[in-house]
Amino acid sequence: MTTAGVPVIDARRIRKTYRVGGQEIRALDGVDVRVEAGEMVAVTGASGSGKSTLMQVLGCLDHPDSGEYYLDGENAATLSGDRLAGIRNRKIGFVFQGFHLLPRLTALENVELPLVYAGVAKPRPAAEAALERVGLADRMLNESNQLSGGQRQRVAVARALVNRPALLLADEPTGNLDSRTGAEILALFHDLNSEGRTIVIVTHDPDVARFGRRRIHMSDGKVIPEDAVAAHESSRLAQVLAVAGGAVP
Amino acid sequence: MMFWMLAKVGLKALLANKLRSFLAVLGIVIGVAAVISMLALGAGTRDSILRRVSSMGADLLIVRPGQFGRGGVMSGSAQTMTIEDALAIAENVSGVRRVSPVVSGSQQLKYFNKNAQAIVFGAAPTYFGIRNFEIDHGRAFSDFEVERMARVAVLGPTAAENLFGKDEPVGETIKIKGVNYQVVGVLKSKGDQGWADPDDQAIIPISTAMKQLLGVTRIREIDVQTEGGEGDNALVAREVEILLRERHRLTRDQESDFTVRDQSEIIDMAKSFGSTLTILLGSLGGISLLVGGIGIMNIMLVTVAERTREIGLRKAIGARERDILTQFLFESVLVSGCGGAIGVVTGVGAAALIPIIASMAGAEFATLVGTDSILLALGVSVGVGMFFGYYPAQRAARLDPVEALRYE
Repeated sequence: MTTAGVPVIDARRIRKTYRVGGQEIRALDGVDVRVEAGEMVAVTGASGSGKSTLMQVLGCLDHPDSGEYYLDGENAATLSGDRLAGIRNRKIGFVFQGFHLLPRLTALENVELPLVYAGVAKPRPAAEAALERVGLADRMLNESNQLSGGQRQRVAVARALVNRPALLLADEPTGNLDSRTGAEILALFHDLNSEGRTIVIVTHDPDVARFGRRRIHMSDGKVIPEDAVAAHESSRLAQVLAVAGGAVP
Repeated sequence: MMFWMLAKVGLKALLANKLRSFLAVLGIVIGVAAVISMLALGAGTRDSILRRVSSMGADLLIVRPGQFGRGGVMSGSAQTMTIEDALAIAENVSGVRRVSPVVSGSQQLKYFNKNAQAIVFGAAPTYFGIRNFEIDHGRAFSDFEVERMARVAVLGPTAAENLFGKDEPVGETIKIKGVNYQVVGVLKSKGDQGWADPDDQAIIPISTAMKQLLGVTRIREIDVQTEGGEGDNALVAREVEILLRERHRLTRDQESDFTVRDQSEIIDMAKSFGSTLTILLGSLGGISLLVGGIGIMNIMLVTVAERTREIGLRKAIGARERDILTQFLFESVLVSGCGGAIGVVTGVGAAALIPIIASMAGAEFATLVGTDSILLALGVSVGVGMFFGYYPAQRAARLDPVEALRYE
């Protein structure tokens, strides 16, 4: 769980640039993000806004070109390879859009995996507890292809919880689900947050974003302040209309 | 990572693509089966040669008149050896256990209306022991019978059967070159040794053979049995040579008019022939193992590509490079190890079948499967899995988790 007194996410002046076909793309252009323990934050933005890159950096899947990043008090900006893997294992629980369960393994075995990589000798009790928490006590021994989409995502949530991470990081967690099961998963997140877990949800869906108690809006690799979001959106609209208008003969 | 988890994931991945896995290990199966059966053939051949040679007596020195030139060509056919030479060797050379002078000739054997052509040897009673001939029934002749030039004969089993069929030969009288001989014993069968059938012969006292049957004063060979020990043979051979050169009054620059042949030379030859065969056949199998390894590498590269998303996920939840490396190396070794095990079974089966099939075709092949060759083949197939699995496993371990998760 989280270390007392420190923010779970403390990222400052994060920059990340990609090169695509000789062209530089500033995916993150000096981003500051701070998430306190127990928060539930939604990161939103159009595709290409840099929110996926932010998710990767915050999730320690990638390290930034420059800037500082403290995850639960631990400096994660300059690490790479196996050190990052260790941080991901201990501090972060991922929930992906596509579930990413391993086929041919049971729900229980899937949930045991992070514990196995953490070197836990007997991962079973903790994995069972996590599956019970997400309401799948009766599906533990089913293989993932025997589960529905909603059940699979619940297994993924259990897998994300099992190592008691400081941060639950969800990337479009409802993207592959119908609206009813999507709502169930969001309700699960809500409950988990009520229990004190820190959750960051990355999404382009405004309905999902509304679930966040706070929103971080991304545009062109920068964070747009909350009070400026409406103005920014209307200026975007004007921009789009202008371009469209110019194209009209 | 826990072993059983690795084993389970690996086995399930293998079983999920049964045909593909089978085709992937086929190269290893064939390679291991080839190594095992070829090594078995090599060892069997060596073993059967050794057995043939040692049934003639591994501690045997054969002294023959004349000189073997290079390439085994006999030069100078002067018959210079006498019974006295044989006696001198027995008396003067240390390390000698038994000596027998030998003469021989192909003769017509006759019992009533039955005729058979056989080689008749004239020898001392020591000859039976020297040449490992055992008496099946009846007896050998004695020194006393040699002394008094008795007309007695010991028959080889083939010669006995040719003359007597199923009747009892011992006590009967046969004619050799028209002269009566009493059969006193029959030898145990030694089996065909390839170049001469030791079962199709008759042995009579040397004195009788020289004076009555063949009418010769020189002997054809002297068989010397040493007291054993591989190094001793060469030493005794050297002493025999010195003694006979002295007796034949040869000067320093004259070549010997006789040759001492050491059976251990033949054994060494058989051994080196066997190991050459083993190396040759074994390396053929080794090449198929190599080809099998390339098959493993291919299938592992396909597996890694197919499971890119799985690798991405494993890395996202905390797998380190060496966890991924271990996992795929393990799977590679599992594949090649299974192939090796199937190959061992196939190879042992093939080794058992080779002599049967060969004998149907009229040829004689012996095979001998050694535990060492099974362990070698299994070890090599595991090694092949390690070696050829390393590159794909390393590729998997180095995948970028972001890219891997996004992979479709």
